[in-house]
Amino acid sequence: MSNSKDSVSRTVIVALVLCVVCSVIVSAAAVMLRDKQKANVINEKKMNILAAAGIEVVNGDVATAFATITPKLVDMRTGRFSDDEDVATYDMRKAAKDPSKARALTPDEDIASIRKQSLYSTVYLVEGEQGIERIILPIHGYGLWSTLYGFIALESDFNTVAGLGFYEHAETPGLGGEVDNPRWKSVWPGKKVYAQGSSIPEIGLIKGKAEKVNVHDIDGLAGATLTSNGVTNLVKFWLGKNGFAPFLAKLKAGDA
Amino acid sequence: MAKTREILLSPIFTNNPIALQILGVCSALAVTSSLKVTLVMCLALTVVTAFSNFFIACIRNQVPGSIRIIVQMIIIASLVIVVDQVLKAYAYEVSKQLSVFVGLIITNCIVMGRAEAFAMQNPPIPSFFDGIGNGLGYSVVLLFVATVRELIGSGSLYGFEILPLVTNGGWYYSNGLMLLPPSAFFVIGGFIWLLRNSKIDQVEAVEYKLASHTK
Repeated sequence: MSNSKDSVSRTVIVALVLCVVCSVIVSAAAVMLRDKQKANVINEKKMNILAAAGIEVVNGDVATAFATITPKLVDMRTGRFSDDEDVATYDMRKAAKDPSKARALTPDEDIASIRKQSLYSTVYLVEGEQGIERIILPIHGYGLWSTLYGFIALESDFNTVAGLGFYEHAETPGLGGEVDNPRWKSVWPGKKVYAQGSSIPEIGLIKGKAEKVNVHDIDGLAGATLTSNGVTNLVKFWLGKNGFAPFLAKLKAGDA
Repeated sequence: MAKTREILLSPIFTNNPIALQILGVCSALAVTSSLKVTLVMCLALTVVTAFSNFFIACIRNQVPGSIRIIVQMIIIASLVIVVDQVLKAYAYEVSKQLSVFVGLIITNCIVMGRAEAFAMQNPPIPSFFDGIGNGLGYSVVLLFVATVRELIGSGSLYGFEILPLVTNGGWYYSNGLMLLPPSAFFVIGGFIWLLRNSKIDQVEAVEYKLASHTK
């Protein structure tokens, strides 16, 4: 008995059968649950856009709350709104991987370590009676372990931060992962991105706790210097001259 | 019946996997800073241990000795992936907080330890209960640690404020150390001390004695 159990052919057969059975189970689970997982991710992205914009979701009804928000496409080369791509289906992350739809960044420009930037970006406008009330801009960049994807919302002066949130990252839980901490995120609203009359972003994380009077300083993340630097760099990149600064200037002048 | 009871309940206090066997401490450090996350982790680990024990016991007579560890790993890994996928679909928020630690159940010593020590020698049903029992033993320690850490570290339990924090206008200065993984060492140490105070037979024999000071 024990002899036949330990024979080579038996070993190979057991290994093969087990692998096939297990892989079928694992792939079945992955395939069956994929739609639900995708819906979760999309739902969460909308929730993050809403959270960054400071719009409350009533009874978890994301669709209704999201109705007040208009997605728009921005051409990053001209800094103007564009209709070249369909905004409903345009995917910045896919476009960034396609050489014909993205621009390779030079090392000098690439402070957020994203290497390639899609030619178009999807921005979200919250419009009220007096025009644009808030604008929500997508941001991403490298932290310590992972690329952080998120949104930053600006008030109608296109300078005051209304909110910030990341919807995808894999930073160290409890340290860099604290970018998800509501208390840390609540430091952002009210801070100014640019100094008076300038278009170079000054906002960034500092070591320790930021003083209230320093309008460009954000609390650093304790124990997560590299994630903190990453967040500073990605915010500076996306609100800088290669990011949305030209677009924001044109939008302010009513020329977008 | 009495035997099932024994298999199910003895790992909770008399033969606790963490407190007595000191297994699976790594995840006990990582996921115990809040009760909510801990609860899901405990549930996930209990399910994985129970079912991996069950399936391994089912095929224990077919598995060649030379690849038995790999066979155990494959079964455990498949179960963990399924659990991870289910969490991502139905408990997305929590799965985001648990992130890599669900995947790390694969390497949790308790799962593999029980598969090797119990399921390889016993029929499926007792193995299943052994898995549940050890999962519960793990859960008891984790929930204890998480209760202490969340209460002292964040002044709340299961997200509900118990001790109002100074930062929220209360009086309680939170203890930041309790939110960091090393604090779980102290709390687990405390748990083991408490347990061995009431169950003296768990105290290990002294392996060596400190020599008295020489002049």
